[in-house]
Amino acid sequence: MNMIGEEMQPGLSKGAIRIEDVVKIYDPDGAAVMAVDHCSIDIPAGEICMIVGPSGCGKTTLLNAIAGFHGVTSGHIYLDNELLCSPEKPQAEPGSDRIVVFQNGALFPWKTNIDNIAFGPLMAGKLGKKEIYEKARSMMADAGLSGTENSYPGEVSSGLRRRVEIVRALMNDPKVLLFDEPYRALDSLTKSVMHEALLDIYYKNKVTIFFITHDLEEAIFLGHRLIIMTSRPCKPKKIVDVDIPHPRDYSVLTSPRFREIMNEAKGVVNEEAKKAFDAGEREG
Amino acid sequence: MSQADVTGLGLTMFRISSWLKSPKPYLMVTGFMLLLATWYFTVEVWKLPRFQDMPGITEVFSEWFSKDPYYGLSIYTPEYYKHILISLRRIAYAFCLATVLGVPLGLFLGWSKTIRDFIFPLFEVFRPIPVLAWVPLAIIMFSGSETPVIFLTFLASFFATTLNTMLGVESIDESYSRAAYCLGASRWQTFKHVVVPGAMPYIFTGLQISIGVAWFSLVAGEMVSGQYGLGYLINTAYMMIEYPKIIIGMITLGVIGYSTSALVRLAGDYMMQWRVRELALGDN
Ligand SMILES: Nc1ncnc2c1ncn2[C@@H]1O[C@H](COP(=O)(O)OP(=O)(O)OP(=O)(O)O)[C@@H](O)[C@H]1O
Ligand SMILES: [Mg+2]
Repeated sequence: MNMIGEEMQPGLSKGAIRIEDVVKIYDPDGAAVMAVDHCSIDIPAGEICMIVGPSGCGKTTLLNAIAGFHGVTSGHIYLDNELLCSPEKPQAEPGSDRIVVFQNGALFPWKTNIDNIAFGPLMAGKLGKKEIYEKARSMMADAGLSGTENSYPGEVSSGLRRRVEIVRALMNDPKVLLFDEPYRALDSLTKSVMHEALLDIYYKNKVTIFFITHDLEEAIFLGHRLIIMTSRPCKPKKIVDVDIPHPRDYSVLTSPRFREIMNEAKGVVNEEAKKAFDAGEREG
Repeated sequence: MSQADVTGLGLTMFRISSWLKSPKPYLMVTGFMLLLATWYFTVEVWKLPRFQDMPGITEVFSEWFSKDPYYGLSIYTPEYYKHILISLRRIAYAFCLATVLGVPLGLFLGWSKTIRDFIFPLFEVFRPIPVLAWVPLAIIMFSGSETPVIFLTFLASFFATTLNTMLGVESIDESYSRAAYCLGASRWQTFKHVVVPGAMPYIFTGLQISIGVAWFSLVAGEMVSGQYGLGYLINTAYMMIEYPKIIIGMITLGVIGYSTSALVRLAGDYMMQWRVRELALGDN
């Protein structure tokens, strides 16, 4: 039983994200949609940080800014005290220290599973091909993916595909994994298998996880902390600490503490969802 | 044997054998029989008003398979194969040239907005001009009888290939290139590993269209210029009132045209195993 604090000796851990006063306005000269409003979040290295918020509030916008898919209007984002983006350099460079796991999955359908997993190191070109494939094979075995090496992603179940995608990210020793509702499309049974698989992978490879979701149960089950966002433009509205020790398994879901946290979070989320809904009504 | 074990040509064989087990081939044969029967009865038995001048089925086939053909053209005369080979050679030149130029151009048009803004308007103006309108210019521009025909055949193919390739690049989900950047791929690596294979299904759709329009323009070209070739055969047979030769030329065109298009499809299957396997899974 350990809370993250125990093995997080300062200096050794990697992947702390600091978001400082970030603002993102789409199309500033035209419609000027403000998606993120003076948002500051501090995520210690090795934390599973769950981002919860109403539809369209700006969660993906924030994630894309960290990943470097688009720039910020103002504010700073740091990774391990290194500047990713700032007003002088609004768009971060995408790189293998921060890997995104996409909402609909982005395994390359034209590459076999193992070729997908080997992709990052092959592009980096630091290791030999043989070494890379050996590592890929052993990581696949660890994640219970043996036997699917030479199948194409389209040939395996969606649950396996998600796992392949996470292994593909981990092959690059990322500091941060950015999840944008990766399990949204999965049925609840597959989802719970995926949650345990993700935690299992997390316990083996301590990385920082920035995880966007709509699903409160998922958020509390996985996260060290929940950051509940306001409706658009988003910024943290309330931070809920999930003081249930890791490693967790599904028995946690029925514990009284889980229900307490759930109730606490639900009130805040519903309030914001209602605001978002009313705003939508006014605009529409 | 499971789907995953089937590869390459084995997969094509698998498809053929399942095709033979379905009702499709029998329906196909019935369709052909109906057509031939209609031909026989309208021309030779009922002698319907506008049909009586047409060559009958018995006349055509006995000429086609005769060792001593009345009009000098049958499967036993070298001249027949000369027509076929010359047409095929023109198609090969034109189709290969259209592919070699059209695919890269389409890839760059789809990939770079600057290149597209520069070239695409030109493209849009030239594309709607029918091949036949190019005939005079082709004859003025190119000397000899061979190059104008190849040029005409090339034109329509080139437009079809380029346009479909460009659409193919545009069809690629943005998350694939984002994933590649996340995994540390450079812009060029992303082009090679994401843009090219991602556009492949559209490229092959384009090549299917391209080979079809190539035959179309070839025959048009051969009718006005050139010596030998199936279009030339049909046209001269018409002028010399050797009607059975027209039909022999037409059927030969149909069979060879279909075969080349099947070859293109086969090449596509071969290069896109991932897609074939996905589709094969979908069929079950
Ligand atoms: N490229 C864009 N240009 C203009 N507005 C945009 C753009 N992308 C997103 N938006 C708007 O910004 C707001 C936030 O979008 P974002 O995708 O970040 O929301 P989200 O919280 O991820 O929503 P969801 O839960 O539905 O995924 C939305 O109102 C959206 O319409
Ligand atoms: Mg989103």
